[in-house]
Amino acid sequence: MFHIPRALVALAGLFAAGSAQASSVDQAVNEIFASSTGWFVNFIFAPFPFTNFPWIVAWLVIAASFFTLYFGFIQFRVIRHSLHIVSGKYSDPDDAGEVSHFQALATALSGTVGLGNIAGVAVAVSIGGAGATFWMILAGLLGMASKFTECTLGVKYRNEYANGSVSGGPMYYMVKGFAERGLPGGRFLAILFSIFCVLGALGGGNMFQANQAHGQLTNIFGDFPGWITGVIFAGIVFAVIIGGLKSIAQVTEKVVPFMGIMYVGAALIILIMNYQHILPAFGQIIDGAFTDSGVVGGVVGALIQGFKRAAFSNEAGVGSAAIAHSAVRTKEPITEGFVSLLEPFIDTVVICTMTALVIIITGQLMVDPATGMYILNEGGTIQTLDGSSGVGLTSAAFGSAFSWFPYVLAVAVLLFAFSTMISWSYYGLKAWTYMFGEGKKQEMTFKVIFCIFVVIGASANLGPVIDFSDAAIFAMAVVNIFALYFLMPIVKAELKSYLTRLEEGKIKRFH
Amino acid sequence: MPDTIVVACDGSAASGRAMDFAHARAMQQKADLLVVHVLEWSPYSFLTKEEIEERHGRRKEELARAETAIIAPITAKYAGKGVEITAMVKYGHVVDTLVEVAEKARATEIISGRTGNSGVMTRVFGSVAGTLAQVSPVPCTIVP
Repeated sequence: MFHIPRALVALAGLFAAGSAQASSVDQAVNEIFASSTGWFVNFIFAPFPFTNFPWIVAWLVIAASFFTLYFGFIQFRVIRHSLHIVSGKYSDPDDAGEVSHFQALATALSGTVGLGNIAGVAVAVSIGGAGATFWMILAGLLGMASKFTECTLGVKYRNEYANGSVSGGPMYYMVKGFAERGLPGGRFLAILFSIFCVLGALGGGNMFQANQAHGQLTNIFGDFPGWITGVIFAGIVFAVIIGGLKSIAQVTEKVVPFMGIMYVGAALIILIMNYQHILPAFGQIIDGAFTDSGVVGGVVGALIQGFKRAAFSNEAGVGSAAIAHSAVRTKEPITEGFVSLLEPFIDTVVICTMTALVIIITGQLMVDPATGMYILNEGGTIQTLDGSSGVGLTSAAFGSAFSWFPYVLAVAVLLFAFSTMISWSYYGLKAWTYMFGEGKKQEMTFKVIFCIFVVIGASANLGPVIDFSDAAIFAMAVVNIFALYFLMPIVKAELKSYLTRLEEGKIKRFH
Repeated sequence: MPDTIVVACDGSAASGRAMDFAHARAMQQKADLLVVHVLEWSPYSFLTKEEIEERHGRRKEELARAETAIIAPITAKYAGKGVEITAMVKYGHVVDTLVEVAEKARATEIISGRTGNSGVMTRVFGSVAGTLAQVSPVPCTIVP
């Protein structure tokens, strides 16, 4: 144990020694990071030949649409039943004290509701314009079917250990599900998924969060080197995941839902205050989705941004939710699928749309009055009122209605960032121990790497960080969705059996 | 069929006094006793991922601990003393669960101890005995 804190102190000392050249430390981290991850990012976002349409976006859209059709628009058919399950109407009172459907959903949501909803949406609309929102909502609705599929499998094929603990996720359904169907390659896919899951945990689940947390702090306190935020954040994460200070995680887990409710509440108040602009904003969203509004890539550019940011935010098809949901206590795996499909709805269709509407309604995106087209800056993104992007843009939008809100948002962003990091450290750890085996040494190695990446994430620029984060998360989706295509008949059989029994009144309702 | 009296029990001295009182009452009435220990639990609380992963195991431990530390001493103390005693450990909101158990068992009375807190704490957080007295579907005795 002793050498690890010393290693971190040494790392901090290394950065501190060069405080006079603080910005050059950030710059060096940024350059090394960008050049070493460029090939991976380029591969994941490679466009189809002779187009600018990335294959990965098509992969996600096609999968979500396919699952929607295959399960007969399941997300719309069972939503009422899903709400009944979450509210405990079908929970056996004798199972009280076990993880409830509500708890599994809330914990999974606290991992996904976060910076994707605040900063990610701002990135989407500042590159893809208002039209990106339409595609984001559509992606959220379709993504519900992907989430349903993966979470059902996550529960069905989880591992239950003698001490009562549970481990589940794509790694397990890939191996067990493929074996059950007599298909080869399950183990290979599980390892590949685990590698990408570790990268996703370090990217979207860590660096992006650290980066945006730093961005938010500089908004409030003025510019200061990113590594300082990184070292402080890494220290807290270190205390929780290595030092065993579980109370910090427990407090965060209890505060984050209220922060989420407050964020949505503030957005709602701004929308109500500007109710006359809501319909025109939807007009802009629909227009921008189907006609060129001057953004880079036109309609396709808006679509790509919408789908990318939706997937990054709600993680449908990525496989992370299957890990989170697999611990619920239920005799029917499909019921957790029904519950999990609420997640993209709450995350993307409700919360992301709120953020987008506030940014659009408060007039943050600058439009040329002569042409009606967006004004682009040198980087190809839409010029905003005060030149901000990412979380800064959302902060400016909320701040234009309530001058004090950026301070509340800063606290919310830090908490969201922290809770997402803790969630992803868990997902990453599960993938890591799947590959290297359970054990204190293996766990410690991953946790130390995780803390180091917090510092790198806070120091690097948004561009390379967001590219790598997206690429790593989408790489998980490539492997996970591939497996889902082969395993979906199992889900369909479960669904058919359950719905038949539900209609026949054989599924007992307790309340 | 003899009447059933529900006794709330949490292992405290107050609940011990309630148990003595209930036992004497059951002897007089030739009633059965149903001893209930409730572990406070809400399915709508927020848990961390680790807590979720370990929950099933923890629940087993909690049930075993309640059985050995609270239920077993009571059943041992009153065994062979002329009253039929059944004991159970339940999860849930304490008062709601006691009421539910009483209704299901068609109990004629609920007997509970009290902590004796007064003032600000009780005003803010309420008390089990106070709430029970308000919502109990059957006569309710609070033993000081």
